[in-house]
Amino acid sequence: MSIDTTTAGILALIAIITAVTVVTRFGGVFLMSFVTISSRIESFINTMASSVLIAIITPMAFSGDAGSVAALIVTAVIMLATKKPLPSIAGGIAAAGLVRYAGLTIF
Amino acid sequence: MTPTTYSYQFSATKVRYEFFRLLPISLFVVAFGAAFGLAAVQKGLEPLQAILMSATVFAGASQFAAIDMWGSEVSLLPLIAVVFAINSRHLLMGASLYPMLRDMSPGRRYSLLLLLTDANWAVSAQEHQRGKRNLEVILGGGIAIWMAWIIGTWLGVYFGGLLQDPKSLGLDMVLGCFLLAMALGGNKSPRTLVAWAVAAITSLAAWKWLPPNMHVVVGALAGGAIGFFWLEKKPGDSGVKTAENEGDA
Repeated sequence: MSIDTTTAGILALIAIITAVTVVTRFGGVFLMSFVTISSRIESFINTMASSVLIAIITPMAFSGDAGSVAALIVTAVIMLATKKPLPSIAGGIAAAGLVRYAGLTIF
Repeated sequence: MTPTTYSYQFSATKVRYEFFRLLPISLFVVAFGAAFGLAAVQKGLEPLQAILMSATVFAGASQFAAIDMWGSEVSLLPLIAVVFAINSRHLLMGASLYPMLRDMSPGRRYSLLLLLTDANWAVSAQEHQRGKRNLEVILGGGIAIWMAWIIGTWLGVYFGGLLQDPKSLGLDMVLGCFLLAMALGGNKSPRTLVAWAVAAITSLAAWKWLPPNMHVVVGALAGGAIGFFWLEKKPGDSGVKTAENEGDA
């Protein structure tokens, strides 16, 4: 099944993408409202929350170029040293830009 | 057990504070939005359609993926599957906020979730680990990011040619660096570190061997399983800061 990208078709597609996204925004909270929050569930939620971040970042690092890897390493080092997010992020972005400008590659 | 009064009260001052706190990262979101706007018009969307999509969908990675599948016609089931897979992390992000969200009325709870996105969620979830209840950042920060996303898209569809190569400036790494900084700023107990290692390995394995876009959910659930089976000593003490957080400055 497919939709032609006429004006009406595009509006329908946007509505569908929006609906699917809203389902993901609401779904987890909706399902949780049927769950009793025991200490075990709470522990699951808290560990899962920071694992989301790691699960986004790790494949990003492994699939990225030398610039992306440099960005993540510099961010991590500055963040662990200073605990200040903004300098860490700025340092990471600058590292990506510099490494790419210099044309460095991994290996 | 249905609470008849909801204990979570928004503080207007704090909402405003969180709006301004996320403004710096929102500037980068403008750049992402511009890249999306440019890609969208190149694929044949009208400028207003691209802006409408950013305003209603408000989920960048899935919008790029949807635009990638654009042609003279778009197959529906693959589109729905890809958008759902990319955005399925929202299911877990929302669930992780439930201990706070249950303290507000369903109307407010679900309205607030419309503004849920990676950056404001990361701040809220990280502060929750440290015992702070901050849903204001979802509202205030969410509005800042949402506006930036729309403004960026608008700039991209009309002036996209100006932004020739955002990658050479490192702009594609903003979100990755932001999320990493949030993760490292949080709780780093031995249990968390084991969960992270498990999340890293399983997400990599899923990325390599499972269908595309499943790695975030697989990795996060595997990390969460560590928390499920390995309870920290004090049971049920949400909101107590533990001494071991401070280990590695």
